[in-house]
Amino acid sequence: MNDLLNLLIGLAMGLNLVALGTSRLPSLIRIAALQGMVLGIMPLVMEHELRVMLLAVAVATVSMKGLVIPALLRRAMRTANIDRDLDPLIGFLPSLLLGAAGMIGAVVLARRLPLRPEHHESLLVAGALASVLAGLLLLIGRSKAISQVCGYLILENGIYLFGLLLIHSTPLLVEGGILLDLTVAVFVIGIIVDRIQRAFDSLDTRKLTVLRE
Amino acid sequence: MTELLLILVPLAAAAVAVLWPYDRTRPWFLPATGLAHVLLAFGLMLRPPEAPFHAWFGYDPLARAVLPAVSLLFLGCAAYGVPYLRLRAERSNRVFVAGFLAALGLMSAAHMARHLGLLWIATEAVTLSSVPLLHFNNTPRAFEATWKYLLVGGTGIALSLLGSFCLGYASLQGGGTGDLTFTALMAQGTGLSRPWVLIAWVLLLVGYGTKMGLAPMHTWKPDAYGEAPGIVGAMLAGGVTTVAFTALLRVRGVVDAAGAGAVASRTLLVIGLFSTLVAALFLLSTRDFKRMLAYSSVEHMGILSLGAALGGAGLWAAFFHVWNNSMTKGALFLSAGNIRRAAGGRTIDEVSGMAILTPHSAAVFVAGLFAVTACPPFGPFFSELLMVKSAFAAGHGWAAAFFLGCLLLAFFGLTRVVFAIVYGRPRQLAREMDPRFRETLAVIVPPLGLLLLTLWLGVATPDALRAAWTAAVRQLTPTP
Repeated sequence: MNDLLNLLIGLAMGLNLVALGTSRLPSLIRIAALQGMVLGIMPLVMEHELRVMLLAVAVATVSMKGLVIPALLRRAMRTANIDRDLDPLIGFLPSLLLGAAGMIGAVVLARRLPLRPEHHESLLVAGALASVLAGLLLLIGRSKAISQVCGYLILENGIYLFGLLLIHSTPLLVEGGILLDLTVAVFVIGIIVDRIQRAFDSLDTRKLTVLRE
Repeated sequence: MTELLLILVPLAAAAVAVLWPYDRTRPWFLPATGLAHVLLAFGLMLRPPEAPFHAWFGYDPLARAVLPAVSLLFLGCAAYGVPYLRLRAERSNRVFVAGFLAALGLMSAAHMARHLGLLWIATEAVTLSSVPLLHFNNTPRAFEATWKYLLVGGTGIALSLLGSFCLGYASLQGGGTGDLTFTALMAQGTGLSRPWVLIAWVLLLVGYGTKMGLAPMHTWKPDAYGEAPGIVGAMLAGGVTTVAFTALLRVRGVVDAAGAGAVASRTLLVIGLFSTLVAALFLLSTRDFKRMLAYSSVEHMGILSLGAALGGAGLWAAFFHVWNNSMTKGALFLSAGNIRRAAGGRTIDEVSGMAILTPHSAAVFVAGLFAVTACPPFGPFFSELLMVKSAFAAGHGWAAAFFLGCLLLAFFGLTRVVFAIVYGRPRQLAREMDPRFRETLAVIVPPLGLLLLTLWLGVATPDALRAAWTAAVRQLTPTP
């Protein structure tokens, strides 16, 4: 049971590194989507019995993170007709190395933190921290608006992983609200991406430099 | 349950505003809702209902101490919104009015949230509902500002969610049930796992500090305030920041109860002083009078954080300062909006002589400048004086001295910009502005009213407010 969960978390952590190493925008979107789906099925693995609400949350997560949001991003990418190559502000190799170092750091840190007995063998905390770091790296290290959104998605995935630690104690209403908020956030970001494209004729955030001291 | 009306009335008004078919009359929803909200907020503050608070939402002493200020500010902005939107008749105001009303409802929800998760949901929702307000001007600059607001603010708010989860885990690890209501968390007190509480505090401070605009997480602020319409800037500077400050205070109450209050105070003190310093330095160099207001806001957030760090009398002064900040920022942003519209420019290179072109707005702006830089007899003078006093009493003499030095620098910076645009001869740009912007009563009364409120707060602080602030301090520090 726990092994299967750890396998999934390991997969998500591996996807972080792939995301940091990829040089093409479509594949970055695909990776973020895949990670979202992997995360979506985790609650099902964690529970012993299937409950309807749990199933609903899992279905909602998988369809939102895995299908709807990536479709939105792909549409934005097509209509914007942007260059599919990512030009990095932090190179692919350095970001990979930083990501790997962050992953090791996350595992070490997770071992030192006090955890409940049932979480001792689990990679949840390490996976969460590693994904948050990878997301932040992508946010800082990529210049295209859509790739920054992907970074934001991976950052959120990390937080979602951490939230799984509390799955037995948080009311589903609250979880649902959080999920809804995050989804709307990405929708709004998508709309703004579209407007930026029209206003600047580009999605390169390096061109957003009018406002400065 | 009447307190839930504070949330539901604006949200319902927003829904009706979306469906309302007439662009000309839609802006009137703003002052109507604002008035209802003010009456509700003050009525419930003066005569609190007897019933115990709901576990998730409640108009508790902390909410009572700050929400009425936001409500008053909203009413001022809403009254200004009617003539403002008439000037912008070329654009549909459907999304703007609805977003503005929804933001009020969600801000009320965030002030009243007694559950860590709900607090986060409401704060994030406030952020999202203010996005269409920010780019109302639809210029490339506005989109750039919106993008930064979303990305920096979104990352900050994501980190605060992680912090909320960490606090939940601190409860689980300490043998609790993981109940995320503040009452339960504070009751668990030292039972919370200390390492997790500290991690949570750092993440929540960074997260809500970003929303509040504490340096060094303030980078989105000048862009957003500079590009947003005046009423939106006022609401962001006086309302949204208050939401984040209240959130930090609630979290800090838990951290205090968990026995890590000293760490929290120290971080708040350092970040508060750093914010005032950064703001003062930028104020000395900025040339744009709307961005100037943003740096002034960073400064005042630093002051609030300092007050929260001192606790006790300092915290009481911080509540006082929340009111002063909301009122002065309202007066400044609205009068700056008038000046900006008449001048056709926004930097001291393009604008001067506004005392001739818009004498009333310029007068309010200059008086607002003296209020915001804490000159007597305006309210901020008294709240900042109290804060300095409590800093000396708490043995933080050096912090008080540093703070006063930053205030002096900020004073130089602010007066430099304000007098440059107010005095001198009008520039060509403004003389060519057509049609001429007229200073009607409708655009002067709201900022003037807010300014007079600041004065009133300073000269004769009402006893009801004093009692509300004392009650809020008592709520956050249960054992005196």
